[in-house]
Amino acid sequence: MAENFVRSQMLPPEAPPASQSGALSWVRENLFSGPLNTILTLLGLLSLYWLVSSSLPWWLNSVWHASSLGECRTIVAASAGEGATGACWAVIRERWHQFLFGFYPQDSYWRPVLALGLLFAALAPVLFAGQKRNLAIILGCVAVFLLITLPLGGAGLVAGLLVAVLLAALLALSQSRPQGLLWFTAIYPGLCFWLLWGGPIWTPIAALAGFVVLWVVFRLLSPRIGVPVAAGVGFVAAVLWWLFAMGPVVGTLAGLLPMGLPKVNSDQFGGFLLAITIGVTAISCSLPIGILLALGRQSDMIIVKALSVAFIEFIRGVPLITLLFTASLLLQYFLPPGTNFDIILRVIILVTLFASAYIAEVIRGGLAALPRGQYEAADALGLDYWQAQRLIILPQALKISIPGIVSSFIGLFKDTTLVAFVGLMDPLKGVTQIVRADINWKGIYWEPYIFVGAIFFVICFSMSRYSMYLERKLKTDHR
Amino acid sequence: MKKSVFLGTLAATTVLAGVAFGGTLDDVKKRGELICGSNTGLTGFGMPDANGNWVGFDVDLCRAIAAAVLGDATKVKFVPTTGETRFTALQSGEVDVLVRNSTWTFSRDTELALDFVAVNYYDGQGFMVKKDLGVSSAKELDGATVCIQTGTTTELNLADFFKQNNISYTPVTVADDSEAQRQYLAGACDAYTTDASGLAASRATMPDAANHIILPEIISKEPLGPVVRHGDNNWGDVVRWTYFALLIAEEKGVTKANVDEVAASTADEEVKRLLGVSGDMGPKIGLSNDAFKNAIKAVGNYGEIFAANIGEGTTINLARGLNALWTQGGLQYAPPLR
Repeated sequence: MAENFVRSQMLPPEAPPASQSGALSWVRENLFSGPLNTILTLLGLLSLYWLVSSSLPWWLNSVWHASSLGECRTIVAASAGEGATGACWAVIRERWHQFLFGFYPQDSYWRPVLALGLLFAALAPVLFAGQKRNLAIILGCVAVFLLITLPLGGAGLVAGLLVAVLLAALLALSQSRPQGLLWFTAIYPGLCFWLLWGGPIWTPIAALAGFVVLWVVFRLLSPRIGVPVAAGVGFVAAVLWWLFAMGPVVGTLAGLLPMGLPKVNSDQFGGFLLAITIGVTAISCSLPIGILLALGRQSDMIIVKALSVAFIEFIRGVPLITLLFTASLLLQYFLPPGTNFDIILRVIILVTLFASAYIAEVIRGGLAALPRGQYEAADALGLDYWQAQRLIILPQALKISIPGIVSSFIGLFKDTTLVAFVGLMDPLKGVTQIVRADINWKGIYWEPYIFVGAIFFVICFSMSRYSMYLERKLKTDHR
Repeated sequence: MKKSVFLGTLAATTVLAGVAFGGTLDDVKKRGELICGSNTGLTGFGMPDANGNWVGFDVDLCRAIAAAVLGDATKVKFVPTTGETRFTALQSGEVDVLVRNSTWTFSRDTELALDFVAVNYYDGQGFMVKKDLGVSSAKELDGATVCIQTGTTTELNLADFFKQNNISYTPVTVADDSEAQRQYLAGACDAYTTDASGLAASRATMPDAANHIILPEIISKEPLGPVVRHGDNNWGDVVRWTYFALLIAEEKGVTKANVDEVAASTADEEVKRLLGVSGDMGPKIGLSNDAFKNAIKAVGNYGEIFAANIGEGTTINLARGLNALWTQGGLQYAPPLR
């Protein structure tokens, strides 16, 4: 009788055969799995080699200290031999401030820098609603950024102290009542306008007061005459305030208490300062307008619907350049002679309208993707139109639309370079052209493009990563 | 129908605007600032430097006008205009005067309702080739590839020239000057054609300038000069005579440095009128008596402006050529100031 062998413990697992694991197997599976893939891999390697070998010397021979392109060439020839090529980054070193700020007065660089830092502080409660840890991280980063850049940008001691107090207050607020930060977001546009353009501090305060007028009128009237009419009357009251009352009020206050920053004219804006000013304003205004347009297009009210459709289709049917030329040239004909309607403002308005039309269609896609049952459920709960939109429809529709919205924003931000065609100093063409017009840098080609392109990449890539983060965070389904 | 209504409205508003702008001179004085349409950046002629100060040959003329009208050469705002926006910016009143190397042509002078009041630079289209191509005349360029900027009059001139001489060419179109220079250096084209002043500036900054030659043929006339709105004749006179004053100053040897001394000591009657010592010339066009003196004092005479920005001694190194005074064989000629 044979003795039964029964294993009493598990065998330790064997390592997989060498051909099935490790780098070798990965290479074989992914790069050389068949004749076609092998050929493609070899071709890819060849082109990579060609690309690197032809551009590497150019990168390695970079020159950072020179006062002209000719000097760069001499230095490259001296260090790497006759006929060698090398990047001449000295042009960026000499002119970086024009790529970033245009002709903004050099001793006031701290103002746009501060506006940029506070932009993130203002965006934080919108981007990371109620997350105390993220809010603290962002505010901390802003503080560090400003600590380094403000002294370099020429900020005075008073400005520095005020900023420090402001940031400390915001940080405290973010940890005690995170929702309160939204008030800072609300006043940020006025603050930013004042920092960038200067003038008496009363101008932005009076402009913001217009919204207070709107709100007060709305609150007083809405119980009596209903929400839409009260909103309309409030809007009219605010416009009257801005048109007629604001000027004298600002004049009087500025006379009594002259506080303010030196004025900076719009024609001194340029480079990334211009791109970001146009981009951020257009992005933040186009989202609400786009939502309203998308809702208008879905509305049952025939006039609202017709207006929305006409607006969206007209704007989408016209190239952005046409609108920019309209802003820059045509409007001047129709305005009374002598009016000087700021060119940057004109461009911002037209770019905002352009972006709104696209955003509206993206959001309409989100609305259309919601099952009919969601609308019916909202009705069944007895919610009115705005409640249903606010609580049930839009949160879902916007979530679906995030990738589309962000990609519109990225496109919009890059489109800001088109303002070069109406003579504004965008970083890509406008500033590059004036740098090249300098006899010292005439003939330089790749360096400005690479520099500007790199900054654009950083900004657009960050927007894209944030949208992916937001999608993950808001993911509630089980797809 | 709709289009014609629209164009009609536009034309009507243009005319209205033209009438309403009757007094550019008064506007400028009231504003206390001259708004000058300039280039977005052209080497030697008009560009902002590293500190944002505008410099260049055309820019100096703007400063001279500001000095003549307002007595202060710094009271100028420069509005960069592109090839597409420049004339509309002038028509719509966004700028007071356009000094942006614009070629004086029939249609611009008439159809666009603009006035070219003077020619501050006589340019012409030329060719640049590599020396080892072995070409010494543009007529030998049969079969050549030529780099050319699209959408400019140079493109049409090029076609005309090759057709007239019965030779063929292949155009390589480029968007702007820097791209043209790059394509040409990379060997994408045998010849590069643009205004001769532009060729000289490009050549001056090439790594191997000695290996490139500018061919002797100039195939077009490109008179460049300041432009004002049609119908505002007084303002046109101001710009024209400010320019002529700079020419007369060169002719008479009045410079930035010696203008005060000359004004005090001169016996020349025309110089006296020029510098406001006698004759009350300034007030006749709505300026002060020392208007031209201020202009000369601010930027120097024509020759000095030329030498400082684009002349021999600068990197661009342009010879006076056609732009020499008439007394020295050039075309720059000012009518008598009397």
